[in-house]
Amino acid sequence: MATLTIDTCSRWFGNVVAVNDVTMSIGPGITGLLGPNGAGKSTLINMLAGFLPPSAGSVTLDGAETWKNPEAYRVLGIVTEREATYDFLTGRQLVVASAELHGLADPGAAAQRALETVAMQEAQDRKIGEYSKGMRQRVKMASALVHDPTVLLLDEPFNGMDPRQRLHLIELLRRMGAEGRTVLFSSHILEEVEQLAHQIEVVVAGRYAASGDYREIRRLMTDRPHQYTITSSDDRALASALVADASTAGVSLEDGVLRVQAREFLRFAELLPRVARDADVRLFEVSPADESLESVFSYLVEN
Amino acid sequence: MNRTIVRLTAQGMLGGRRLWLLGALALLLVVIAVATRLLASVSEADAAGLLRAIAFSTFLPLFGLIVGTGAIAPEIDDGSIVHLLAKPVSRHTIVQSKLLVAVGTVVALAVVPTMLAAVVLGAGPRTVLAFGAGALAAGAVYSVLFLLLTIVTRHAVIIGLVYALIWESLVGSFVPGARNLSVQQWALSVTESLAPSGLLTADVGLGLAYALIIGGFVAATWFAGSRLNALTLSTED
Repeated sequence: MATLTIDTCSRWFGNVVAVNDVTMSIGPGITGLLGPNGAGKSTLINMLAGFLPPSAGSVTLDGAETWKNPEAYRVLGIVTEREATYDFLTGRQLVVASAELHGLADPGAAAQRALETVAMQEAQDRKIGEYSKGMRQRVKMASALVHDPTVLLLDEPFNGMDPRQRLHLIELLRRMGAEGRTVLFSSHILEEVEQLAHQIEVVVAGRYAASGDYREIRRLMTDRPHQYTITSSDDRALASALVADASTAGVSLEDGVLRVQAREFLRFAELLPRVARDADVRLFEVSPADESLESVFSYLVEN
Repeated sequence: MNRTIVRLTAQGMLGGRRLWLLGALALLLVVIAVATRLLASVSEADAAGLLRAIAFSTFLPLFGLIVGTGAIAPEIDDGSIVHLLAKPVSRHTIVQSKLLVAVGTVVALAVVPTMLAAVVLGAGPRTVLAFGAGALAAGAVYSVLFLLLTIVTRHAVIIGLVYALIWESLVGSFVPGARNLSVQQWALSVTESLAPSGLLTADVGLGLAYALIIGGFVAATWFAGSRLNALTLSTED
């Protein structure tokens, strides 16, 4: 059982602030670090991994700073997003070297176990330089798992994986979470995080935005003003009918395009078809105008 | 020291083209000696002068630069150093292991060829040994200095070349005081003390030279370890 703690932590590079006053605590089980690209997820993971000191605040693993603390790697396993490895080694040689560097009693057996965990036994004697991206990712995973870490950090682990590899990794992480290990992975895709994490931490533009289980995050994302563009058989009649209801915040009709600002997603979803039917207007198209993840995230930050 | 790191460093550094480059340099040194011997009559003093000019002024700094940076620079550049850093291994151990490989390479491909060149040029056993000792001192100090430089800055090769070519060769030849801070002069001092008297002159006193060689080597090794401990690895977000 291990807990990672990020306490009022900031990190800047020159005058660019990558992480801004973030406080969070990550306990056993699977936690997803969710945020758009450039939100500071990698910087957070690098600080947790002890690769980068915080500019302010502290990052600790069970009370001990991870920066300049090689002993922390006895319990930490890290899979970075960077691809570079020792291309001149075979997969097996890399994992055995990792086991040796961890000072394990039987490096060969530990490496074998780790390679089996990621299903890389067949390709283990080929040079890493000849591996595909997914195979590299798996052998790096084996190398990170070889010492049976209680804390596992993964930076964008699903990037570049095919659906089968993705499924396999989800299964593996679930198993590790169920064993009581502390697993933290970052992603910019809500569905990925939702599928796997029991706890979600959202960061946007370097700042902490929200946290909770996926239901809470979903609710935060749906209970918010939505904008829709609508095409119908009679836009003007529909507009006047919609504006009469309290769940509509605003209606505009410009250049023949009807835009509706809804206060609440669920109520509006129920309202629109009813109003259209009553006004005898046919709906041709209803599309959300601001469904991009960034707008969802920025909404979370503003609140 | 860590055997796994020694093995990985040796494989990484000597597995590719770098080994051929180093081998070619070593061969070139011996070939120059053979050609000189065949084409001219060489006295022991001539041999010493030639070795000083070729081995000490050019060959050893260049060799130290390739080996010292090669032991760690590729891993820092492509980020694969993370495989070593994410392990419960002292950063000093990592540096010492890499240095062992660098110095081992210097002995095999720089010290031995220098001695071989001395033999070819007809130098006596004492002179051969003296040049071997000097070459080892220079090669070891260059290796650790350039290894340290690689950890401290991304411009290690340029700074190393400027030091070797401009400081040691140019400034050193005009400003006598600068020779006190010249690895080449320290090494020459060692060679002078072992060679038959009058064969060479060195500008740095023997005691000072030994102190600087050993002190510099130990201090740079320690400092490299502590800088590696503070090496930040950041990826673009």
